[in-house]
Formats: sequence, structure tokens, C-alpha cells
Amino acid sequence: MTSISRSKLTNKLQFHTQKLLLLGDEAIAQAAIDAGLSGIFAYPGTPSTEITEYVQHSQEASDKNIRSAWSANEKTAMEAALGASYAGKRAMVCMKHVGLNVAADAFVNAGMTGANGGLIVVSADDPSMHSSQNEQDSRFYGKFAMIPTLEPSNQQEAYDMVYYGFELSEKLKTPVLLRITTRLAHSRAGVVRKAELQQNKLHLPTNPKQFILLPAIARKRYKGLIDNQAQFMEASESSGFNKYIDGDDKSLGIIVSGIAYNYLMENYSDRKVPYPVLKITQYPTPLSFIKKLVDACDEILILEEGYPMIEENLKGYLSIGLKVKGRLDGTLPRDGELNPNLVAKALGLEDTRGQDIPDLVVDRPPSLCVGCSHIDAYNALNEALSIYSGGRVFSDIGCYTLGALEPFNAINTCVDMGASITMAKGAADVGLVPAVAVIGDSTFTHSGMTGLLDAVNDNSPITIIIADNSTTGMTGGQKSSATGKIEAICIGLGVEEEHIRVIKPLVKFHEENTNIIKEELNYKGVSVIIPRRECIQTLSKRMRQKARVTPLVE
Amino acid sequence: MKKDIILAGVGGQGILSIAASIGLTAVDAGLFLKQAEVHGMSQRGGDVHSTLRLSDKEIASDLIPIGKADLILSVEPMESLRYLPMLSPDGWLITNTTAIENIPNYPGIDEVMAEIEKIPNHIALDAEEVAIEVGSSRSANMVILGAASPFLDLKVEDLENSIRKLFSRKGEKVVDLNLQAMHAGRKIALDKVS
Ligand SMILES: Cc1ncc(C[n+]2csc(CCOP(=O)(O)OP(=O)(O)O)c2C)c(N)n1
Ligand code: SF4
Repeated sequence: MTSISRSKLTNKLQFHTQKLLLLGDEAIAQAAIDAGLSGIFAYPGTPSTEITEYVQHSQEASDKNIRSAWSANEKTAMEAALGASYAGKRAMVCMKHVGLNVAADAFVNAGMTGANGGLIVVSADDPSMHSSQNEQDSRFYGKFAMIPTLEPSNQQEAYDMVYYGFELSEKLKTPVLLRITTRLAHSRAGVVRKAELQQNKLHLPTNPKQFILLPAIARKRYKGLIDNQAQFMEASESSGFNKYIDGDDKSLGIIVSGIAYNYLMENYSDRKVPYPVLKITQYPTPLSFIKKLVDACDEILILEEGYPMIEENLKGYLSIGLKVKGRLDGTLPRDGELNPNLVAKALGLEDTRGQDIPDLVVDRPPSLCVGCSHIDAYNALNEALSIYSGGRVFSDIGCYTLGALEPFNAINTCVDMGASITMAKGAADVGLVPAVAVIGDSTFTHSGMTGLLDAVNDNSPITIIIADNSTTGMTGGQKSSATGKIEAICIGLGVEEEHIRVIKPLVKFHEENTNIIKEELNYKGVSVIIPRRECIQTLSKRMRQKARVTPLVE
Repeated sequence: MKKDIILAGVGGQGILSIAASIGLTAVDAGLFLKQAEVHGMSQRGGDVHSTLRLSDKEIASDLIPIGKADLILSVEPMESLRYLPMLSPDGWLITNTTAIENIPNYPGIDEVMAEIEKIPNHIALDAEEVAIEVGSSRSANMVILGAASPFLDLKVEDLENSIRKLFSRKGEKVVDLNLQAMHAGRKIALDKVS
């Protein structure tokens, strides 16, 4: 199901109910709209995509003139949001967790400049890697940039925290990180809205040097940021989002963060935990609460969705004098997301499980859609490469990464967005010739262009396939920044025009396409081959909309 | 009242319209609801599932505890078996029998059906065929929804109303076909249970 029909679903459901029935992502978007947002900036990435899509499809947002178009990548989005904040407006920037790596330079330095208009950075983590290459925990970035971090435990809290987050950001003049995880992002529940706020008027920072991070100024700002930590801590301890809930049995104290709180509560049908519980949803970690819990209890159990961040801090290097249980001592698994059963086991409660999965049930991995243009591109590439030894195709992230699987086995790497061109270049520079890069159109403008410039400047002997399906397919068909611009970009970066070859990836052109690829593999410089045919999914969506025929069952 | 439901299928089968019908009915009946979806990578013809939790009390976890689901609703037979560890011992499994064989190593359908037959509480029906009988090959989802309806603790009139609301935009005819499909599925389930 596509993202558009998902939001339609939400609208339908909203229509009939007082409470809005919203995905965690949608609750964040609605809260931002209600809290006087002027602009949302983002590059798609599961599980964050629906935040921006909700704003894009919201009539209210369009009535309020909230800007919401996609950015080329997370760094450009982060910087644009910072610019909006500089101008005094409330801005939000959204990305998946690995997107924060791309935006990290801007993000960490935004901690140094601070904010003017309210600025919320949403990073959506994906523990258990449902659709990601790692399960990094964004809370570390919040700590790294030394800014307040919010980690809602449910959809209502996500709404409330965005509303509060803008206020906090403006009051303490700092960007605020909002960290969510897949289960919250993609789960729907009832949400009550708050009063709508007006957008800010344009107003520049009162200190004209606030955003000039020259070393002399930056040194002062960094001291200021260090001084601000006390205020951030004060906010953590007084905002009401962090809660100390007492319990009679002091043999154990539980520290639980974010969505893990729900898994704890699920284990007590009356929602009464016998032990003292510290619920953490705002960072810096509220130290006086931690001290109170540690003083009161014999042992501490830590339930965190993500890396054992609080746990490591509490244990310290030597873990002296305090008994701490969690992910580090095997009470809970070291990796993957939590669930009610894992928490039950950690508490010594009864674990439940139905029948085993019968042996005959086999995996059903995702695959390229029937008729996908990438299939024809890979078939031609595989044949063109058949005369060479294997292991020379550097790919990237997108639907075309499924070329790693049967029956194609066409690619040898997939690391991070943009790494195809640059890794092929590095390998070719040291002698692996020919080397091939396979990159999608959206990924190319996300972070492939600078790598292409490097390759041109070095005249690296690589063949780059820019698989242009004119959309961001993997994340549900968002507009691609590359559409209509790829040849011009390549020429502009210095690729020779006769080595930019556009092909039509269709079975009937298989031989012709194979020969073109062969020719370019023989060329000892940079060539770009552009297989161009629209993604089947976006094509059929467009056709349906055009014909105004809606399917019976969405 | 508490119903924890797992909806299973293959990417592109549109299990979300079943979820929407149940969800809307629950919300209109004043129940609490949590519905979790899996998006992203798993949409390209891979296995997909969604979970629904309905309750008259506030719901804590978005995830259903393993071994505690009341119902598995599946629009594909092998997929119905993938979630068996989730099902509680007295839970029901309701599944379509039409296989989607988009993988080379799909097991024999007879063996799949034999495994389904082993589940104490199960209803297996050819939802595609039933849907075609009522005149709408695209309403197989509604047939499965109907087959599940006796186990949902929701009033069937309320479910009808939700289907009306959800499909009204598409015209009277579509609403009627979907209602018929739902009732055909419901009848099969009621006959099998009694
Ligand atoms: C830094 C980062 N941002 C976002 C994503 C999520 N993501 C994965 S692939 C992709 C886009 C793929 O689009 P394109 O390159 O055009 O290939 P297609 O899927 O259309 O074949 C996105 C946004 C990611 N994995 N990493
Ligand atoms: S969504 Fe588009 S790009 Fe992705 S596999 Fe399907 S047809 Fe190919």
C-alpha cells in the first residue's frame, strides 16, 4: 500500500471520531502543524517518511502555507531548517536514523549556534533493522551535540512532546532532538489535539553573531553550551515527562525509557508495577531521579529500546557498588528491539509462546516488482560483465539493492547512500578495472554527485549506471530531486557527452543495451549509463489518478 | 473486552482495508485501539503483517505479546502459519486458501493445508472463489473480514456501517458488493463453527 492511500485511510478514520487515529509519525506532523510550524524539511527514509507526507497531504498545512517539499538529502534539509530557525520561524527536519549521519555536521554545529525560531530534529531509529542497514541509537547524537532529547513512549506523548519541544527550543534557544523508533512511528492510536498556535513572525536573532561559528566566537558559544547543560537538566527534571512512580517492593528499581515503558506496563494488567519505576522520556538523563531510585532500591533493571546508553552510564567502567541488570549482563538481548515477552523474562514473570512455526514455512523475501525497470538493467549488466571475473559491482541503497538477491546476484556492495560511485572509484584507482557503480536517481542527487566529481577529476576508469526510474521507489514513490536533470548534472560535472548513454531497459532492447554497457566497460575513463523507465508502481498510481478510477479495495 | 488480532499476507494484498474496517468499528464503539503496520522493505512482494489491538481498557503495548493473540487473519495460507507462535492456545486462525506462489520454493499446498488442519480452532476458505460468486473478485478481503466477524466481539451492524463509511466514496455498488462479500464470509464461518 502506498503512502498516499495510507494518509487517505487516516483522513477517513479521523472523520468519524473525536480523537484522531494517527500513526506516531502522523501525530508528530499534526502536532507541528498545530504548534505553529512554518516549514518542514526532509529526505524520505523508513520509518520517518510519513511525517513529511502527512504535512504534504494536509489541507490545514496547505491553508497555513507550510512549506513541505522534499530536500535533496538530510544535510540540505537540516541546514534549511536551521535557516528557517535563524529567520525566527518554527521548523522541523525529519530523517531516518542513518540520515542523521549525513546531516551530522550541520546537526552538531546547530547545537553550537543554538536556535532562534523553534527547531525540532526528528530522527527515527529502526531497532531490529526492519528496513535499515544498522540499528544505531540517535540518543547518542543528542548527547554528542549536547542538546535536549525527547523520546516519547506513545502517540499522544509524541504529539505533546512536539508541542512542548518547540516551546523548549525557543525558551532555551537550542535545537531539540526528537527520537522515535519504528514501532511508535508505524503504529496508530487515538490522539487528542491541543489549541492551534499562530506561526512566528520573521525575527532575526537578537545577537547578530549567534550563528557565526568563527573559532573566537565558537569558543565562547561552546562555553555557553556547557553552561546551558544545567538548564537542560532542569528542564528534564521539571517538565513532567520524566516520572518517578513509587512502588512498595524496593528489592528492584526499574529505569525504563521511551516505548519500552509500554512493554513494562503490558506485563501488569492493572498497570501497577510492584517496584519503583523511573520513566525516562527526556534527556539529559534526570540525575536527581536516578539518584533517588538508586538510593531506594537494592538492584536496578534498565529497559531501553536501542543501545544500552543509560545502562553504560550508570554502570561506569568498573560497575562498582551497584547491581545493574539490562542488555549488558544478558538479562536482555544485547541487540534488537524489545517486546513484552523479553521484558517479562527480565522480570522473572511467565513468558508465553504459541505453537512453533511448521518447518515447511519458508522465507518470502521482498523482490523487485514484476515489470520493474531494474530487472532489465541488471540482466543487461550481468551479461555485459560475464566475460570478466566477478566482484566488481558497487551498488547503493534503493529498490535496485534487491539485485543482490536471486536470481540476479548482480551486486557486491551496499553500504551507505552514495557509496557506490566512490567505492567503485577507489577500487578502480588501485587497479580493479573495470569497476561498476549502480546507483538510483534519487540516491545520485542525494550523495552521488560529489563522488562523480571526484571520479571525473581523477579520470577514474569506472562505469556508472544511474538507474533512473524517476522516483524514490524504495520509500514509496516520493518525488525525486533528480528527475529531468541527470544528463545536465553529469555534463556539468565534466563527464564527456559521448560517454553519457541513455538506454531503455526493456526486454526487446536487451541486446542493444548489453552492447552499450560492454562498450563503456572498455572505456578507460568515467562513463555514465542511464537506464530510464518509470517505476511500475508510480506509473500505475499516476494512471489510476489520471483515469480517476479508484480500485475497489485499496 | 480485549481482542488482539494479527493480519497476515503478502505485500500488495492490501490487508490494511481489513484493518481499517475493524479499526473504525472499534473506535465508533468507543473502544481503545492500537494498530501497528510494517512498512518499507517488506512491501515488495515479501511477507507483511499488521497487528490490531482492541480493548475497553487503555492499551499499553503496540506489540501483541507472543502467545497471546486471539486471532490470526490471513489472506494467504502459508502466511497464516508464520505467526503461529503469536497465537494463544484458545485463539482462532482464519485464512484464505489461495496461495501466492511468488517464490520458487513454495511448499506443496496440500502440505500447507494439512498444517492448517492441525490447528484446533481454524477456518479455511477460498475467499477469491466466494468473492467471485458474489460478483466482485476484488472483495476477497471482505470475505476474510466476514469470516472473522463472529470472533471479533463487534456488532455486525457496526461492521456494516464501517464498510459503508469506508467505501461510500466509491459508490453504492461497491459498498453493496463489499457488504455481500463480508456476509458471505460470515455465513461460511458461522456454518463451520456450529
Ligand atoms: C542516509 C539515508 N537516507 C535515506 C535512506 C532511505 N532510503 C533508502 S533507499 C532510498 C531512495 C532510493 O531511491 P532511488 O535511488 O531513486 O532508487 P529506487 O528505490 O527508486 O530504485 C531512500 C530514501 C537511507 N537508507 N539512507
Ligand atoms: S517500487 Fe518501482 S523501483 Fe521499486 S521494485 Fe517496484 S517497480 Fe521497481
